[in-house]
Amino acid sequence: MAAVDHFLAMGGYAPFVWPAYTMAVIVLGGLLVQTLITYKKRKRELQAAEKQRR
Amino acid sequence: MFRLANPNRFMNWSAKLLPWCVVATAILLGVGTWLALFVAPPDYQQGEAVRIMYVHVPAAWMASFVYAVMAISSAVALIWRHPLADIAAKEAAPLGAGFTLVCLVSGSLWGKPMWGTYWVWDARLTSVLVLFFLYLGYIALVNAFDEPTRGNRAGAILALVGAVNLPIIKFSVDWWNTLHQPASVFRLGGPTIAPSMLWPLLVMALGFTLFFVTLLLLRMRSALMAAKLRALRIQQSVAA
Repeated sequence: MAAVDHFLAMGGYAPFVWPAYTMAVIVLGGLLVQTLITYKKRKRELQAAEKQRR
Repeated sequence: MFRLANPNRFMNWSAKLLPWCVVATAILLGVGTWLALFVAPPDYQQGEAVRIMYVHVPAAWMASFVYAVMAISSAVALIWRHPLADIAAKEAAPLGAGFTLVCLVSGSLWGKPMWGTYWVWDARLTSVLVLFFLYLGYIALVNAFDEPTRGNRAGAILALVGAVNLPIIKFSVDWWNTLHQPASVFRLGGPTIAPSMLWPLLVMALGFTLFFVTLLLLRMRSALMAAKLRALRIQQSVAA
């Protein structure tokens, strides 16, 4: 437990290190989720449209 | 190059490449984060705060790299009118804006404990902020026209004019006085950063690069599918 606390404390720089990592995960993760949602939507729409044509 | 850029061929090879990109990105970012948080040593001056570097520096490199990709794609689109080039530039822009935002915020969070301030209006920080606005301006401009081809052309010209900012960002730390430290990796005479910190940084940077490649391929595929969908709908309305 002490080792975990020591790690999380980041030598007193925790208020700067963790927000930096967290915001990077949020921004890049957000782009990833948005990209995947659009991709799946387009794929579904295209498949439906091609099915209709036949 | 141009054969690979044929939209149908692009759909084929990108489908084959994507799974490899996903696996490589996951491994590199996983290993990179582990190296950055657990393996890399604390800095003798900065202590543990130096770990912000492993997010900040790759994000900063990507901010410029993605803009270069966008500017080159825009040039190809203007000169050869290649439809895939327009799509590449357009889909790269939000990713570049994201990396620039990560760079700015993580840099700010690193600046507070090290410089005593979140922000200074010096050449490096200001030119990166301008880069962020160039991305946002490009996105707004491209979407501001009813006719997509006109928006693409206007955006391509903005992207090319804005490319003048890239050397300004790179050399700002040499040309002007600044709190920001000069280059320590890509410099004449080799890196000045210790190998124990350089390796985690390079793994992270490669992970960021592959993350960008993966997302760009996915987004370009989405855009091509949307174009095909539009064509199908026009065909249907003509037939009906």
